[in-house]
Parts: sequence; C-alpha cells; structure tokens
Amino acid sequence: MIASIRTGLKSQKTVAVCSVILFVLFSLTILAPWISPHDPVEVNLALKLQSPTWEYPLGTDHLGRCNLSRLLHGAQVSLGFASLIFISSLLIGLLIGTFSGYKGGVIDLVLMRFCEGVMAFPSLVLILGLVGIFGPGLPQVVLAMVLVQWVYYARMFRGMVLGLKERNFITAARISGSSQWTIIRRHLIPNVLPPIIVMGTLEIGWAIMDIAAMSFLGLGIQPPAPEWGSMIHEGKSYIRSNPELMLYPGIMILIVVITFNVLGEALSDRFGVKRRF
Amino acid sequence: MGSYIGKRLLAVIPIFLFATLLTFLLIHVSPVDPAEAYLTAAHIQPTDELLAQKRHEFGLDQPLLVQYAQTLMKMCRLDFGTSYVSNEPVWQEVVLRMPATIQLAFSSICLAILISVPIGFLAAVYKNSVFDHLSRLLAYFGASIPQFWLGYLLIFFFSVKLDLFPVQGRGSLAHLVLPSITLALGLIAIYSRLLRTSVLEQLQEPYVLYARTRGIKEKLLMSKHVLKIAISPMLTGLGMNMGKLLAGTIIVEEVFSWPGFGRYFIEAIFNRDIPVIQSYVFLAACLFIVCNLIVDLLQMYMDPRISWKGRTDH
Repeated sequence: MIASIRTGLKSQKTVAVCSVILFVLFSLTILAPWISPHDPVEVNLALKLQSPTWEYPLGTDHLGRCNLSRLLHGAQVSLGFASLIFISSLLIGLLIGTFSGYKGGVIDLVLMRFCEGVMAFPSLVLILGLVGIFGPGLPQVVLAMVLVQWVYYARMFRGMVLGLKERNFITAARISGSSQWTIIRRHLIPNVLPPIIVMGTLEIGWAIMDIAAMSFLGLGIQPPAPEWGSMIHEGKSYIRSNPELMLYPGIMILIVVITFNVLGEALSDRFGVKRRF
Repeated sequence: MGSYIGKRLLAVIPIFLFATLLTFLLIHVSPVDPAEAYLTAAHIQPTDELLAQKRHEFGLDQPLLVQYAQTLMKMCRLDFGTSYVSNEPVWQEVVLRMPATIQLAFSSICLAILISVPIGFLAAVYKNSVFDHLSRLLAYFGASIPQFWLGYLLIFFFSVKLDLFPVQGRGSLAHLVLPSITLALGLIAIYSRLLRTSVLEQLQEPYVLYARTRGIKEKLLMSKHVLKIAISPMLTGLGMNMGKLLAGTIIVEEVFSWPGFGRYFIEAIFNRDIPVIQSYVFLAACLFIVCNLIVDLLQMYMDPRISWKGRTDH
C-alpha cells in the first residue's frame, strides 16, 4: 500500500516536471518570432562561425546566421509538425477504428485487412517510399507520415471498442434508444481517452525524431528554413572545426524526445495502461 | 503443431499479395508520370512521341489489372524492372549492395543481443538497485537519441578526437565498429527492457517457488529455467523491430557512407528512380513478413503451448 502510494507520488512528480519542461519548450517555440535575437535565415558571411558573444549567445553558423534564433525557429517545425501529424493520424484512426469496431461485419473485415496489409510494411520504409513517390518536401513528408500512421491508431481503437461494446452500460444506452453516433461520441470515446494520452506523448516523441531524420536525409524541410534535423545535416561538414553546430540541435531533440518518453511512461503508470515499450 | 505451421504459412500468402498490390499502386498514386521520370533521369528532353513510346514500353497503356498481373509475374521471376538512372536491372544492383547491408544489420543484432541480455537479466535480478536505475537511464537514452546524431557524436569522439576508428566507408573490421554501435543502441534500449520485464514476470511463476523449495541453486535456476523462458518475448521483439532495424540501416549507411542498399534507396528517392523505390519497399516488406514468420515458428518450437492454443491473432 505504502509502496503503491510512493510510486504514485513519484509518477505524479515526474509528470509535473516533464509537463513544466514541455510547457517552457512549447512557449519558447510559440514566442520564437518575438524572442529570437536575429532573423533565422539572415545570411552574414562576415560573421560566419563565430564563438558565442552577447549579440549571438550561441555563436553563428557557416553562413553567419544566429544559432540561437535558428534553434528556436527550428522548434516550430519539429514540435509543430510532430503535433500536427499526431493529431491528424489520431483523428483519422479514431474515426475509422471506432466506426469499424462498432459496425463489424464486412466493413470491419475490409478495413482491418487493409490496415494489416499496411502494417506488413516497416512503417518508416513505407513513409520513405511514399516520399520517394510524392517527391521531397515537408508537406509530402507530413502527408506520408499521416497516411501510414493512422492505421496503427485505427487498429488500437478498434480493439478497444470491441472490448467495450459488450459492456453493460453500452447495452443500456442502446436499449434506452441512443443513436449510434451518440453512443460512439458519449460512451465509447471518453473510455478510450487515457490510452490515447499515453500513446500520444510517446508518439509525438517518435514523430519528432522521424521528421528530424527526414530533414537530415534532405527529404523534409528544404534550406534555408531552420529545422533541427537539417541543422545537424548542415553542421556535419564542420564537425572538425565547429562541432557545436551539430551538437546544439541534437541536444534539443534528445531533451524533447526524452521528456516525452519519460512523461509517457509516468502517465501510463498512472492510468494503468499497458504500453508497447 | 503441423496444422499450426500450415495455418501460419497460409496466412502469409494474402499479406504477400497485398504487399505486391500496394507496391504496384505506389507508382499510380505518384504525381509524376513514370515515362517522364525515366526520360528526365536519363537526361532526354521528353517529347510527346517519346513519352508515348516509353509508356507503351512500360505497359502503361494497358488496363490496370493486366498491368498488375504482369508486375506480379515479373516479381516472381525476380524481375523488378530497370533502374532509370543506370539502365541496369534493379535486382542486379540490389544483389551488389545487399551484402554490405546484411553485414551491418547482422553485426548490430549480435552486438545488441550480447549487450542487452546481461543488462536486462541483471536489472531484473537486482531490481531497484543502482544497476537497474542505470540500465533504465541507458534505455531512455537509447530510445530517445536520434540515430544520425549518435553516429556523428561517435565519429566526433572516436574518429576526430581519439582517431581510433575510420570516419567513413567499408572495408576492414574497424570500419564496422561505429556503424554497428550506432544501429545497436536503439535495439539495446528495447531488448534490455523487454527482457527485464519478462524475467520479472517469470520470477512470479509457481515453478520458481517450487524449484527454490526443492533447493535448486539460484544460479542454475536462473540460467537453465528462468532465462530460457524469459527470452521468448525478446524473439518477438526481434521480429517486430526488424522494420526499425531496416530503417536504421538507411540512416546509418547515410551517416557513415556505408555502400549498402539503404543508401541506394535514398539516392533513388532523389533521382525519382521509381523501380528502385518500389523494389526496396517491396523487399523490405518481404523481409519483415519472413522474419516475423520465422520468429513465430521459433517461438512455437521453444514454447509448444502456443500451437495448442492455436494462436491466430497474428
């Protein structure tokens, strides 16, 4: 009993700390246009590869652009698009998954065979294949990721709905004459929320890494726009003389992803959700 | 047992067919015309006449179903078309680059298993000890660090600063060290946690209590009984993470200029070399399916209860 209270408190503390870190990061991201000291794409070759000064707190890169400003603006792409990908694939998955599970029959059979088929491909490979077909660029990467990711959510939600469908309160709602959509909206969705929150925190972390990986490969955001992955890509040529160019964005990715992962694990302890990792 | 194997093998066929269908459709959702892409990649000015000729050559003027049937027949003969860029058969290029990728993947799997088994096992046996906490830290780190960044960090410390290993390329054994570590760390994070959880689960089982009351030495109990059963979920993990490993090889090959299939794939994406993209995606799916099948059968061999239950949920 005491042990469970202790772990409960511990996970609560972890959740609090992670939330504060993420709140600060998201605030910095949103405020980036106002708090960055310089324009992130302004080239000034006279000031290239400078060490930190008061004017350029983290120094400048190979084109004399302010590293701090680029990091802050890069966060907008990484965090913003990761959230976008997560939310859109979640909504599509939620709609199709609950619909399929609730309806059953042929619709369910066809939809789920399709999902299984997509899942037969390693997801990142399929995303890369789609990007290869659509052509490089951030919108294409986002589209490809959503097109592949929703399938996993749909499967998850369908499983949950099937579990819930036979429960008494659903039967009661059906007997009392609630429409299908009311049941889905008022009874099914609230019950599947906790696992969504847990998965969400973990998935956003993955999405940030995948977007960065795409930009690193040169398939995501196109220069000169700042993004953490592409900053590492640009910084790698200066690994001997100015290793900090690739260190800063990497550290940012690491901090964000670790925070999301720790938060996800703490939340899953709290909600008692089983997780994949 | 025989019927389980038969069922499992039969279940693979529709997945394979779907994989071929999806690969086939990739080209048709593409905003670019393959004929045009071919001509652009070959640096030929596309004229209407040339485009029509190429379309006919690729069979693009045929009905979709006929095209699919033709593609399927070709795939069975390992004919994945010709690369737009090199004009060589794709399969030939794949065979040329496959060994490098397999070498990289294999050495990282071995490294990951060699490191994660002792870590996961000891973390479970000494639960909540300093070692357990350290292993958790390592797992978080390994799961959260971007592979390409880890690769450059290793290059920076071990090649630039300490000059221990070559920066890039493939050749000697020393070339293999840094790429394998880069690829293995993420797997170590997953496997060590998986094994820890499953060892802890096993320790709750009645047979452990019974063995202890019988006075079996703890060491013998752990190595001969607990570990042997606990390793089974790790096998599933191995199959499930095959995709991650493949995607990892793409990134690691890019970082270390490793001349494998993954780098070829990225090149193909930039060149819009659609037959190469298609065949990579398809072969990756095949590998994924086959690995999961092998893992399932291996698990059944190790734990015969699976076939009695007639597990069909895969």
